[in-house]
Amino acid sequence: MTASPPPLPDGLVIVVKDECATCQTVVPVLAQLRDSTSLTVYTQDDPSFPHGLDPQHDADLAVSWHHDIETVPTVIRVIDGVEVERTVGWHRDEWERVTGVAGLGPDLPAMRPGCGSMSVDPDLVDQLAVRFGATMLASRRIEVADAEDDIEMMFTRGWSDGLPVVPPTEERVMRMLTGTARPPADIVATVPPDLVEISVEKVAIAAVMAGCLPEYLPWVLTAVEAACTDEFNMHGLLATTMPVGPVIVCSGPGTRAIGMNSGGNALGQGNRANSTIGRALQLVVRNVGGGRPGEVDRATHGGPAKVGFCFAENEAESPYGTLAAEHGIEPGTDAITLFAGEGPRCVVDQLSREPDSLARSLAVALQAVHHPKLVMAFDAILVMGPEHARVFSDAGWGRDEIIAGITAHLQRPGPELVRGADGMAEGLPEAFGEVPSLPKFRDGGLMLTYAGGGAGLFSEIIGGWVNGDTGSKPVTRAVTY
Amino acid sequence: MTRTILDPTGERSVAERARLARPDSLGGLTVGLLDISKPRGDVFLDRLEERLVGVGANVKRYRKPTFAKPAPVDLRHEIATECQVVIEALAD
Repeated sequence: MTASPPPLPDGLVIVVKDECATCQTVVPVLAQLRDSTSLTVYTQDDPSFPHGLDPQHDADLAVSWHHDIETVPTVIRVIDGVEVERTVGWHRDEWERVTGVAGLGPDLPAMRPGCGSMSVDPDLVDQLAVRFGATMLASRRIEVADAEDDIEMMFTRGWSDGLPVVPPTEERVMRMLTGTARPPADIVATVPPDLVEISVEKVAIAAVMAGCLPEYLPWVLTAVEAACTDEFNMHGLLATTMPVGPVIVCSGPGTRAIGMNSGGNALGQGNRANSTIGRALQLVVRNVGGGRPGEVDRATHGGPAKVGFCFAENEAESPYGTLAAEHGIEPGTDAITLFAGEGPRCVVDQLSREPDSLARSLAVALQAVHHPKLVMAFDAILVMGPEHARVFSDAGWGRDEIIAGITAHLQRPGPELVRGADGMAEGLPEAFGEVPSLPKFRDGGLMLTYAGGGAGLFSEIIGGWVNGDTGSKPVTRAVTY
Repeated sequence: MTRTILDPTGERSVAERARLARPDSLGGLTVGLLDISKPRGDVFLDRLEERLVGVGANVKRYRKPTFAKPAPVDLRHEIATECQVVIEALAD
């Protein structure tokens, strides 16, 4: 492995390969330059090409990789070991300017495009990234024995959430790291419950294991940062007996750029980004933070967000904006909202065509979050699809009107909510019996997003966990690239 | 062919500390009672306090701001410096 880039000799450096027709074309020019300048030619393939010019063979492509050669021929002018300028392909004016030599290749056409450098050959690029770049990876290397199955070995070591994980080889992790501009050693967060500092590299390893593509990595990094804040309280979320985990709601044009699903089956299976971003966060919590079921994780039943629950909101078609904007993010900005939530449940109302009727239906279903007699302790996200949303938008209701319209039907008298009322021991302490009316949700505790698609007069409710300072607050953050 | 993968764990080395010896008697010792602020934890701790005072222990009471988060570091430090023994109550 080469830790530092090989230095370039002073004078002119030209990188070529025999297989490239343009490189063949410029051989007479190279001969001209050899006579009038200090010239070093590096050849990527045939060690004797070009004949008679004493080429240096860049056999392991170290020179080409470290000096970012993407095209051959590349001409570089070097002074005191430092590159001052370069040109690629054959363009007479450019070559004459960079080399300072006039009258180059008088018999050649004025220009000819170059060919791809072997150092960016798709078949080689991952190997080269490992050969020259993997020294920047700090993680312990673990050898898998010949007779061992990689995936079974990862199950055996306890690194899986119960589904197969992709083995994080150096090649895959280096490729994943191309998804962010952040250096691998950057510390992203301190992960509970073991309070272990996590680097970009370790997040990339989890992203590989979860099945992410490199372009998802900024979303995973942002989710890890958001989860490990005091407001979100990932430790409490793990330790609780309730069936909640981090629900990740993604917003912004980047959701479409990485191919996320905000339409039909948005909360379901079949989309790689939706399925793997949340899973990567949970693999971080498991493998770096040490949060595992039966240990710090004390969930009675658990729920889908403990495996990974991530979807995009359809901001492009939403008639009432985004949840991210509700939390202060500029529209058009890529962002995530982390919410401590359980699995979604469906609200069916196929008959309401008037907004107040639908608001009443949604309210009566929302009353049931965790228990109809427990109020203000839990938040909820209402995920409305196109057909329910249309009932409101056709009547001119925006986000504020929808929330207000539903909230108007979420009030109940204190005497109905106290312990023992309606023959149920569960309920609020008796003192609340004096209160004439109590809302189901605290201010801001009922959140609205738009996702789902195709037919269906349905909405989905994602119930929350203990809210506010005592439990978890939703955290919304712009994605850091 | 041997394959190499990268360790996905935090790779931390855990500091192991020996437990303090169990005291022969609680007489004269300061016992901290930590209420994690779950409902009715106080009922359990009130009874424990009566019993502990009965065997000659000094009792100090502490309370976490919320059961849903780890105890703040200042509270843990306070207990560690003021008590020889601590009992944490989990109740519902």
